Amino acid sequence: MTTEAVIAEILAAHPREQSALLPILHDVQAEFGYVDAAAERIIADALNLSRAEVHGVVSFYHDFRSAPDPRPVVQICQAESCKARGIDTLMQAARDAAGERVRLAPVYCLGLCSVGPNARVRDQLHARLDEAQLVSLVKAQ
Amino acid sequence: MTAVRISDDALALACGADALAAAFEAAGCAVERVSSWGMHWLEPLVEIDGMGFGPATPEDVDAILSGKSAKAIGPIAAHPFIAGQQRLTFARAGRTRALSLEDYERTGGWAGLERARRIGPEHVLDEVARSGLRGRGGAGFPAGVKWRTVAQAPGARKFIVCNADEGDSGTFADRMLMEGDPLQLIEGMAIAAHAVGAAQGYIYIRSEYPHAIRKLRDALKLCADIIAPFTIDVRVGAGAYVCGEETSLLNSLEGKRGEVRAKPPLPALQGLFGCPTVVNNVLTLAAVPHILAEGGAQDYEARGTGRSKGTMPIQLAGNIRHGGLYETSFGITLNQLIFEIGGGTASGRPVKAVQVGGPLGAYLHPGQFDIPFDYEAYAAADALIGHGGITVFDDTADMAALARFAMEFCAAESCGKCTPCRIGSVRGQEIIDRILSGGRQADAVELLPQMHNARLAQRSQAEEVQLLEELCAVMKDASLCALGGFTPYPVVSALRHWPADFGLGAR
Repeated sequence: MTTEAVIAEILAAHPREQSALLPILHDVQAEFGYVDAAAERIIADALNLSRAEVHGVVSFYHDFRSAPDPRPVVQICQAESCKARGIDTLMQAARDAAGERVRLAPVYCLGLCSVGPNARVRDQLHARLDEAQLVSLVKAQ
Repeated sequence: MTAVRISDDALALACGADALAAAFEAAGCAVERVSSWGMHWLEPLVEIDGMGFGPATPEDVDAILSGKSAKAIGPIAAHPFIAGQQRLTFARAGRTRALSLEDYERTGGWAGLERARRIGPEHVLDEVARSGLRGRGGAGFPAGVKWRTVAQAPGARKFIVCNADEGDSGTFADRMLMEGDPLQLIEGMAIAAHAVGAAQGYIYIRSEYPHAIRKLRDALKLCADIIAPFTIDVRVGAGAYVCGEETSLLNSLEGKRGEVRAKPPLPALQGLFGCPTVVNNVLTLAAVPHILAEGGAQDYEARGTGRSKGTMPIQLAGNIRHGGLYETSFGITLNQLIFEIGGGTASGRPVKAVQVGGPLGAYLHPGQFDIPFDYEAYAAADALIGHGGITVFDDTADMAALARFAMEFCAAESCGKCTPCRIGSVRGQEIIDRILSGGRQADAVELLPQMHNARLAQRSQAEEVQLLEELCAVMKDASLCALGGFTPYPVVSALRHWPADFGLGAR
C-alpha cells in the first residue's frame, strides 16, 4: 500500500475533528516511525487544519519524530529517583555500548521509582539495572 | 493444585514477574495475577495462602513450594509495612484482580455509585465537600468546591477529565491504581459525572504507561453498561511533561500543542471545548467511591490533620530500602516515613536530602524531617506535598548538580508560552554553571567598544548567587503555571541547605 493509502486508512478510523489529531498522529508514528511533511499535509487536509497547525503539534510532543530513525531505541530514565539510585554512573557505559547503532533516549520517569535504575524497550520495562545488565540490554537491541 | 498469586503490575513485570509466574505454572501451580501490595523491595512477591515470599526468582520456586524458602516474609497482611497503613484508596491493593468485576463487587465496588444515584447530585456535592477531599494532583484545591462550580455553571455539555499524566519522578500511585484497581477510578468518574451533570469523560494518560493504558481500556469495556449513559474515552499523551498541567492537558485533548492557558477563565467554567469541566487527578477521583459509600464522608473527614483531611497515598522512592506505596492519614513525619517505615537508604549510607512532591518540589534537609505531612505545614516551610512522592538521596548526591538538573528539566519541558519559564530556565542553568566556576569575567561581547554600558569588572560568586535568587523570585511570581513557578523550589532549597555543594561557604 502507498503511504497515502495507509494514512487514509488511519484517518478513516478516527472522527474528522481536531480533537482526534493526537490519536491520529500516534497511529501514523506507530505505523511509519515518524510523521513527515507529506503526512502532515494529508492529515491537515483531512481535519481542515493548516499544515502549520499540524506541524506545531508534531514538533511540540517528544513522542513524534519528523524524520525516520531506523535505529532501535532504549529509553533510560534520567529523572531524580533514578539519579538517587545511581543512573548517572551507568550512562557512560551505556553510551559506549550503544555507539551509533542504538539510540539512547532519555525518559523522565517510567513510574518505577522505588526500584531504579530503569529502562524501557518498546513496552518491556527493566528495573534494578546495574552496569552489566544495562550494557547487555543495550547490546541485545 | 497450589494457588499462587503474583502481581501483574508494571513494576512487578519490570522485576521479572512473568518469568516467575511461568515457573510456578511449570511446577503445576494455578497462578492468579493480582494487583501489587505496594511493597516494592519484595517484588516480585509471591503469595500462597496469605503467606508471602519475595523478592522471588524462578530459582526460588522449589524452595517456596516445599516450605523451605529463606525469602518467606510471613503473612503479608500482617507485615508491618501493610498493617501500619490506613488504606482507603488502595484498600484492594494486592487483594483483587484488576479486571475482575466479581472481585470488585465482592470488595464493595459500585456501592458509592449506587448510593450517589439514590441520594441525587445535590447530596453528592454536599458529601464530597463535607469529606474535606482536596485535589491530590498537587494544588490541593477542595474537590467539593470545584464540583459545585461545574454543577452550577451554565452549559448543556459538561465534561469530567481525569488527569493521569503522572510525570513527576518519585510518584507512581496513579499508575498503581490504574493498573491495580481501574474500576475504582471509573466509579469515581461516574460519580463525578452524576454530581455535575456530565455525559462524557476523558482519561488523559501518559504514553510512558502502556500497561495502565491497556488495563483502563479493558476495564472500560467491562463496565460500560454499569456507568451508562456516561461514557469515558482513554486518551494517550505524547511525552510532554507539561501536559500534567490542567489547561495544557485540555489543549492536548483538543488536539493542540500542550500550551498552558491563562487563568481565568477557570476550566470549571470554560474547560474542554470551552465547556464547564471537572479536571481531577486519578487519586482524587479514586477516593470518591469510598467517600460516597455509607458513612464514608464522615470517616474521611475524621482522618488527617488541620485542613488536610483523609488519607494520602505516599510514595517512597529513590534511594530507600523499603520503597513502595504507603497510604496513611495526613500528619505523619518524614522521620517516620524514611527511617521507621522505609528503613533508611537502600545504599546504607546516611540520608542527605529528600525531595517531596516530584521534580518541582523542594529538597528537604534532615533537620526538617519533623514537619507533619500536611499541605499548610509544607507551604509554611517553602515546600510542597505535590502528588505525595518522596525521593530519598544518600550522601553521594550532588545538590548543585540536582539544582542544575531542575533548571535543565524545566527548559526541556517548558511549553514555551511564558518568558520566565522558557528563558528563565536556560538562564538559570547558565548562572548555576557560573556559580560553580566561581563567578565570571566580562565576555568578548561585553568588552567590545560599542558596549560602553556593559560592566567590565568581574562578577563575583556572591553576585551570581544573588542573580540566581532574583531569577528564581521572578520565575516563581511571573510564570503562567507550576512548571516555571515551582522550579525555583528545588533550586533555592538546594542553595539554602547545601551551599557547600555550590562551592560556597556557610551562608
